[in-house]
Amino acid sequence: MNRCTLWMLLLIALGIAAPTVFYPVLLMKILCFAIFASAFNLLLGYTGLLSFGHAAFFGGAAYVTGYLIKDMALPPLVGILAGTLAAAFMGGLVGLLAIRRQGIYFAMITLAMAQMVYFLCLQLPQTGGEDGLQGVPRGSIVGLDLNNDLTLYYVILLFFIAVFALIYRTIHSPFGQILKAIRENEPRAISLGYDVARYKLLAFVLSSGLAGLAGALKVLVFKFATLTDAHWHTSGEVVLMTILGGIGTVFGPAVGATIIVTLESQLADKAGSLVTVIMGFIFVLCVLMFRKGIVGELLELLKGVRPH
Amino acid sequence: MTASLNHPILETRNLCKDFKGFAAVSGVNLKVTRGTIHALIGPNGAGKTTCFNLLTQFLSPSSGQIFFNGQDITGEKPAHVARRGIVRSFQISAVFPHLSVLENVRIALQRPLGTSYHFWRSQNSLQGLNQQALELLDRVGLAAYAKQLAVELPYGRKRALEIATTLALNPKLMLLDEPTQGMGHEDVDQVMTLIKTVATERTVLMVEHNMKVVAGISDRITVLARGSVLAEGTYDEVSSHPEVITAYMGQEVAV
Repeated sequence: MNRCTLWMLLLIALGIAAPTVFYPVLLMKILCFAIFASAFNLLLGYTGLLSFGHAAFFGGAAYVTGYLIKDMALPPLVGILAGTLAAAFMGGLVGLLAIRRQGIYFAMITLAMAQMVYFLCLQLPQTGGEDGLQGVPRGSIVGLDLNNDLTLYYVILLFFIAVFALIYRTIHSPFGQILKAIRENEPRAISLGYDVARYKLLAFVLSSGLAGLAGALKVLVFKFATLTDAHWHTSGEVVLMTILGGIGTVFGPAVGATIIVTLESQLADKAGSLVTVIMGFIFVLCVLMFRKGIVGELLELLKGVRPH
Repeated sequence: MTASLNHPILETRNLCKDFKGFAAVSGVNLKVTRGTIHALIGPNGAGKTTCFNLLTQFLSPSSGQIFFNGQDITGEKPAHVARRGIVRSFQISAVFPHLSVLENVRIALQRPLGTSYHFWRSQNSLQGLNQQALELLDRVGLAAYAKQLAVELPYGRKRALEIATTLALNPKLMLLDEPTQGMGHEDVDQVMTLIKTVATERTVLMVEHNMKVVAGISDRITVLARGSVLAEGTYDEVSSHPEVITAYMGQEVAV
């Protein structure tokens, strides 16, 4: 517990100092995907549900936020909140259908629903079709001009810390205990009197809402919402980030997101379309050699070193 | 009031379950008397586990009714059945493997607090239950292992943990699916004593293959074969029943 708090303080300090060394836009992208992956991990790592359609919430929220800020000229904070709520609402609808099934069927329902959202993003008159929503203004939050990259970075860092704290608390709450019980042994949880469907649904709504927040913040960073955000490829990417970092670990998804986003941006110029191949290779390596993910394996090592 | 106490705690009327034309359970009339240990035995495929799944609504019956304390509970959700006080165990030991032994029991204790949906509340709020959980663990001899992960326990202790978790709900009726399956002699004796102790305050219905356990602790035995009740009575009555000997004991003796 204390060790964890220490780690968090260290990471916050790192986060505050980071823009002096790294390019703020890259850091903001990392933070957005770290939120996305952490939200996803709440479902996969702590409830044992593999959603293959989380891009729908990430992208869906991006479009809602983009539309509200750009076309309705609403302030960015309102846009972000509305995007998050919209994603949570969508999560409620998709969740209601999906939680009736388990395992691969659950994954397939989420994928199918996400494809429908993708189709809407492509076809609705408000979404800009193939171009997506371009030129979304960043505006300002409580008098802070977000057009300054550094200011926006700290705002997003604040959001990240808040989300991380919320997820951390959720995992370590009475509700989190039941989620873990469902992950560990669902029939047993039922036989102890828990309506597991309701717990799964609440976890799904929380996870999709926070995934939406990540998408909404991403719009402010890049000033656009595109089809890529809602594409199934993005759903796959968040799975990869979570697995690479460590399923069911507190810091794993953020670590995974950092590595994948950094690699992608570094390799984009040098390797071009080979990036996909490299990502695939990393994924295979991860599954074959260190299945617990980077953070998971590190924790295991630490456990081995320290005498019981 | 007396009438309701004289009711069997659990009764099934003409309970049937078909799986695409195969009658796994057909026309079972079962009466479990309050405060007894009732054993359900029968050869493999006799429908014992299906019966358990029907009683706890993990499966819904094709026809027939289930009464608990005289109330019709047919068609209720499994979690509701559990909350009524019918709590089951499973053939494969049902623990939460990557949670600590203490947490395993505490999860069963946590529901009445009414905070199980509170994702914003710290889990420190559950610490008030630790003492009660430890007492339950102590009853099954696991208090010393409270901090271990359940997955690290040997098989016999996992079953003991499962019983402690079940006891945490203070069930009126415990359904135990092969509680001594896969255990060594010493563990079997221990679990037998344990079941006997916990049954002083409640009713137990168990599926069991170990005849020593069945003969040793059950007050009443129902023999199932091919989905129907073949015989019912005390161990002596059942074991001398000619049809039972052919269907079940016969095999047992031959082995």
